[in-house]
Amino acid sequence: MKKKFKMVDLDCANCAAKMEDAIKKIDGVNDATVSFMMQKLTIDADDARFDEIMQEVVAVCKKVEPDCQIQL
Amino acid sequence: MMKKQKIMLYRIIAAAVIYVPLFVLEHMGKLEFQSEMPVQFLLFMIPYLIVGWDIIYRAVRNISHGQVFDENFLMCIATFGALGVKEYSEAVAVMLFYQIGELFQSYAVNRSRQSISAMMDICPEYANIEEDGKLKQVDPDDVEIGTEIVIKAGERVPLDGVVVSGTSFVDTSALTGESVPREVTEGSEIISGCVNGSGLLKVRTTKEFDDSTVAKILELVENASSKKAHVENFITKFAKYYTPIVVCAAVVLAFLPPIILGGGFAEWIQRACIFLVISCPCALVISVPLGFFGGIGAASKQGVLVKGSNYLEALSEMKTIVFDKTGTLTKGEFVVSEVIPNGWEKEGLLEVAALAEGYSDHPISAALKKAYEEAELGELSMDRVEQTEEIAGHGIKAKIDGRVVYTGNAKLMEEEGVEYEPCAIPGTVVYLAAEKEFLGTIIISDTVKPEAKRAIAQLKKSGVKKTVMLTGDRKDVGEAVAESLGIDEVYTDLLPGDKVDKVEALLGELGEKEKLGFVGDGINDAPVLSRADIGIAMGSMGSDAAIEAADVVLMDDNILKISSIMRIAGKTLQIVHQNIVFALGVKVLVLILGALGMANMWEAVFADVGVSVIAILNSMRTLKVK
Repeated sequence: MKKKFKMVDLDCANCAAKMEDAIKKIDGVNDATVSFMMQKLTIDADDARFDEIMQEVVAVCKKVEPDCQIQL
Repeated sequence: MMKKQKIMLYRIIAAAVIYVPLFVLEHMGKLEFQSEMPVQFLLFMIPYLIVGWDIIYRAVRNISHGQVFDENFLMCIATFGALGVKEYSEAVAVMLFYQIGELFQSYAVNRSRQSISAMMDICPEYANIEEDGKLKQVDPDDVEIGTEIVIKAGERVPLDGVVVSGTSFVDTSALTGESVPREVTEGSEIISGCVNGSGLLKVRTTKEFDDSTVAKILELVENASSKKAHVENFITKFAKYYTPIVVCAAVVLAFLPPIILGGGFAEWIQRACIFLVISCPCALVISVPLGFFGGIGAASKQGVLVKGSNYLEALSEMKTIVFDKTGTLTKGEFVVSEVIPNGWEKEGLLEVAALAEGYSDHPISAALKKAYEEAELGELSMDRVEQTEEIAGHGIKAKIDGRVVYTGNAKLMEEEGVEYEPCAIPGTVVYLAAEKEFLGTIIISDTVKPEAKRAIAQLKKSGVKKTVMLTGDRKDVGEAVAESLGIDEVYTDLLPGDKVDKVEALLGELGEKEKLGFVGDGINDAPVLSRADIGIAMGSMGSDAAIEAADVVLMDDNILKISSIMRIAGKTLQIVHQNIVFALGVKVLVLILGALGMANMWEAVFADVGVSVIAILNSMRTLKVK
């Protein structure tokens, strides 16, 4: 399933790249893009475990840039 | 300016107000206190903390999360290093300028983001539905297919549909870049994203919001950033290694020379700090994608959708361009241009042709029927036709008034043993015969688009080396069209499958770093569109197949736009390369000067945030390319 989320206070381009990298490594994520310009996360992940995966995504992003929030 | 940016601005001003007098006093030698307390240090710490406390806080927090090489941490080390060697004034200045740079950078990025999203402001916010005689605004997402919606003058069309009542002029400029409004009346199709110019329109929707043109376009543009150009991928990879390498170099620089050469650590630690300040690759990480984003934005302003920065990159290297003739160079509308009867009247010949082709929906048949209607010869009585049979690649065999009639090409005539007069007029030639008797010839031709010749000439000016035309037409027809347009190579008599082979052969002839573009009308040429390096399709105002298969979509089918996007692509790449060379050049230069002890913190801060800001401003120019 492919979904889009808005990211609030994504202030640094390098962090966006780091987040994208970290999200891609999560088990069950097929593809992910963090667009610094659009302030958006596009994620393609397993249907069945989607909510679970999203929780992991939030945790990973928090680690990279605690100021940035994903609007679920 | 956002609230967060305003607070930062006040902090910077406050710190600067305290810092400047301290700086002046220090230089006048008034800050030499003979005291137990480190007064000077404490005084400088006031502005330092005002402007930089959040950097220290974030550095500590991020290290606890395992993020070591982040900007905040590096800035802390660099300024702590300066404080350690008693360069208080310098430490504050570095922090101050770093924050000013960051503020400016975030402001610039915000501005560009706004101007880009303003350009893509085609998303309708609501749809009007009539309920109990009153208009109600609803979310376009909730409108079902077949609902009647009302669009008032000045409103954006929320969903694709057919006009039920009303006439108006709609402004399609947001979608196509075309400034002349189109007229719509009852029965016309209308696509979402356009703006209703004058009258009140009632429209019956034919698509859900998610399938409507506007939603498709928005999705394409938003996803464009995920298809990265080579340059972008290079920068991402580069950024990953750059920071650790520079930091390691800084550590080596701080400890190795003093150990080997002897002497104090202070001097070398200061040089190492310069390295740390320059170690963030931000200038590149922001400005390169921003440049491409702006380029894609500039293209969409012209009514050209580019599906990713990789295609923008490829467009700038396009050396061969292949056109499918029908629908791209020509209008794709077949019109009967000449009727040559063999010894009887024109009307009769046209009637027989229209009857024979009456049941077919081939474009040629449609042209014949249309010509018959336009000649106003009365209603076509199809009951005179007993049976028809299509002979693929040849024509049609029909039984009319008890006689077998053949309509088709020369091959059909030869196979049936008809003694026909071969016709040399360019165009699609249809021969007619009844039994063995030759009835006459009808010429059907496709009209060349008026802008085609200029488009070809402009492409050549933009750096295209070879223009090729592919067509299923006969040799003389194809060559005549190609010659009139100034096309270099023509391949005629092609079946749809042959086009892929031809494109593959042409791809093989390309040199390194040369790209091939294929322009098609989006109908039946999906395989060729995807095989070419850049598939350019006519959007025909929302033909799904074309938008799906192509890499670049010309929303208003205007082939003149191809050379304009090539120019946008070239300019974008040029700006991106400028940024890379400039940012890396300054950084490397300051690194070298820093290692030799010839650069100070000020230059280092400039090499970091200053370069970043300049690169962002440079990237913004891509938006303005025309």
